Amino acid sequence: MQSKISISNLNFFYGTAQALYEISLEIPERQVVAFIGPSGCGKSTFIRTLNRMNDTIPIARAEGTVLIDGENIYAPGTDVVALRRKVGMVFQKSNPFPKSIYENVAYGIRINGIHKNKADMQERIEKALRDAALWDEVKDRLNSSAFGLSGGQQQRLCIARALAVQPEIILMDEPASALDPIATQKIEELIVELKRQYSIVIVTHNMQQAARVSDKTAFFMLGKLIEYNPTQKMFTNPDERLTEDYITGRFG
Amino acid sequence: MTTLTAVCAFFAVAILLIIISYIAVRGVSSLSFQFLIDTPKPVGEGGGIGNAILGSALMTGLAAILGLPIGIAAGVYLAEFGNGWFGKVVRFVADILIGVPSIIVGIFIYTLVVLPMGRQSGLAGGLALSVIMIPIVARTTEEMIRLVPNSMREGALALGAPQWRVTWNIILPAASTGIATGAMLAIARITGETAPLLFTALNSRFYNVYLDQPMASLTVQIYNYATGPFEVEHAMAWAATLILVGLILLINITVRFLTRKKF
Repeated sequence: MQSKISISNLNFFYGTAQALYEISLEIPERQVVAFIGPSGCGKSTFIRTLNRMNDTIPIARAEGTVLIDGENIYAPGTDVVALRRKVGMVFQKSNPFPKSIYENVAYGIRINGIHKNKADMQERIEKALRDAALWDEVKDRLNSSAFGLSGGQQQRLCIARALAVQPEIILMDEPASALDPIATQKIEELIVELKRQYSIVIVTHNMQQAARVSDKTAFFMLGKLIEYNPTQKMFTNPDERLTEDYITGRFG
Repeated sequence: MTTLTAVCAFFAVAILLIIISYIAVRGVSSLSFQFLIDTPKPVGEGGGIGNAILGSALMTGLAAILGLPIGIAAGVYLAEFGNGWFGKVVRFVADILIGVPSIIVGIFIYTLVVLPMGRQSGLAGGLALSVIMIPIVARTTEEMIRLVPNSMREGALALGAPQWRVTWNIILPAASTGIATGAMLAIARITGETAPLLFTALNSRFYNVYLDQPMASLTVQIYNYATGPFEVEHAMAWAATLILVGLILLINITVRFLTRKKF
């Protein structure tokens, strides 16, 4: 299977503090890769290097290469705006804009100038909301505030917003950690559904979740990649002692 | 403890109520429609504050046209890019400028505008008011933008929005309620300023819409009436004060009304 993202020898620094050490990893196309590991292990930092979200932190610095479709996104002259359109992101805490449901989804389409006309815009918004399994719940109140939705609905709205700009990769940073079990289940079903069209990277604290949704799992500790294997193998017969200890809950 | 703080809170509000009701009682007797549209006349022939209301409106308007865009833009800069040494210096200077007595701003504009022009003018008055306004608007705008959660900024950036669009489409609308409140409060503040207008706009006894001429204002007119020797002038000063307080109250209430939460 072809790699969608190919990371080699990635080091990452916050000022003088090193957060990631020599990470090398291949992320396949149209699969779900889960990042697991204890808090502060660098998995969130790592996922944010894949769409250069860390650029917003002035003292942050990355070394090494991240190839997406063969192009190094850290090469000088990289169009970060185009990169982020290609690599969508869903955050831990749902972060809808203070606008209507319709405008939340329309925003990305509009700034990227994807739509041809108003009818096309409406079609795209409906498709994004359907793909995020939210359409039936909001179709009658598209013009009301996004803040009126429940936490789970807000998170699916954020997924719809990310889908609307037609990304190829979706990064999810603990997308269900603030949600109740039913809303979590919906998000998980959605992830499995979405992998038919998108390559998905998900950071999660919940190991059952990683086991349920992902094809491959990477285990991080103290900024280092400890093990990267198919999820099945990872949770039954890991190569590393550390992975086994973590998965079986001997530390965490 | 609760009682003590409640008494203090009562005092704080009571002072305002006493001032307003005293002004109302003293001012209402001289109030008439004629008073609102007339220009000042020799003592004994009536007279009013029509030109002063117009002058105040023109100079406040000029100050707002100049001060709001500059102040808001400076606030956006401070909040979004102002973490370097330049931002720190600007923030520090703005804080000092807020604390500068307004008469000093009047002297500054007097030196800078009135002396070269050779006369006092509405333009100079408006400029002095805008100088007072800019740091207030800049700092409130900055505070309001900082209140917008960073997650919202990241959400927009992650969709491929360039920085300027994030600021323009997401951050500013999200902070607009607070920014509008700050702007209106700054306008209310400069509407009540007297000292910076004394040297700059001076006063005028006539209706005047030309900004290069001396211009009347409510506050300076109140000062003139109040320091005059005759009782009728004092009465008119009270009435003008009532109008001024009423206008400022109106601005504040309008702010409350316009900035109710929509989303």
